[in-house]
Amino acid sequence: MINNMIIFGVVTAISLLASLIIDKKKTFIGLKKGVKMFLGVAPPFLSILILVSILLFFIPQEIITRYIGPDSGAFGFVIAAIVGSITLIPGIVSYPISAALIAKGASYSVIAVFMTTLIMVGVVTLPLEIRYFGKKAAISRNALNFVAALIIGICVGWLMML
Amino acid sequence: MIKKHIKQYLPVIVFLAVSVASYFFGFKPGIIVYSSFQDFFIEMITFIPLLFILIGLFDVWVPKERIEKYIGNNSGIVGIVLVIFLAMLQAGPLYGAFPVAYVLYKKGASIRNIFIYLGAFSSLKLPMLGIEIGYLGLKFTIFRTMVSLPLFILIGFLMEKIVGKNFEVKDIKEI
Repeated sequence: MINNMIIFGVVTAISLLASLIIDKKKTFIGLKKGVKMFLGVAPPFLSILILVSILLFFIPQEIITRYIGPDSGAFGFVIAAIVGSITLIPGIVSYPISAALIAKGASYSVIAVFMTTLIMVGVVTLPLEIRYFGKKAAISRNALNFVAALIIGICVGWLMML
Repeated sequence: MIKKHIKQYLPVIVFLAVSVASYFFGFKPGIIVYSSFQDFFIEMITFIPLLFILIGLFDVWVPKERIEKYIGNNSGIVGIVLVIFLAMLQAGPLYGAFPVAYVLYKKGASIRNIFIYLGAFSSLKLPMLGIEIGYLGLKFTIFRTMVSLPLFILIGFLMEKIVGKNFEVKDIKEI
């Protein structure tokens, strides 16, 4: 946590300084944009954090470890893939959720499957996608990405153990 | 204006009110939920605002339009690298990428590159990678992207095979 603050603090400070030196006006436009975007995501972000805090209270750690932990096997993958494919959680809030689940005993491979299906497979947005790409392309894309997510989960889980 | 903000933050206000009440009445579950929210909040506030300053700067300095210009009939590795690079500079959800896919299609990008773009868009966006590193660590982020990238390129090739030459991207505003 402190590490995060130091790394992001240093990177942001250096970028900000360089930007200020090159072009003050552009820098202020950028800062304004950044602050505006942050204020835009803050309310839904905080609401999700509240929801996750409440859910984690009701779901005991043993349950999380048993169903999506390192020994959950194919079952954990299937749960993560289905939840990830169906739900429409914005990418940005999937990170704190994933981090909380890992802290409570979920495995990295299951989380990788969850995150990949969340962004790449969209059952809810499928009708919209069909209107852009046609039925065949949209369904193929989602199916291929579903399989890819499982492969990514297996590989990431294996790499994290090295 | 203020009314709108109050509405946006209503869940937070209600939650904080319940938390304060929990402390006064010694309601254990309320206190536990609040303390876990506090941990999440501190974790978030230590780096997310900094990241958004970076995203804002990034937005004014990176010439997205100029890169878009080069995308088109560029085939081979150059074309692939360009679409991936363009995708990394974006922000937003996947359904926001479909209209961009239409633009790429209109510009003559290959089917393969359109789908590689979608893959890279979803999981290699730089702002998102920053958040991912903050929450899940550098190691996980690097492994996930290194494994994902070749798979998304492969999906691009497979999609080209599957949908064939008749493929077209429609601008749904026209329908």
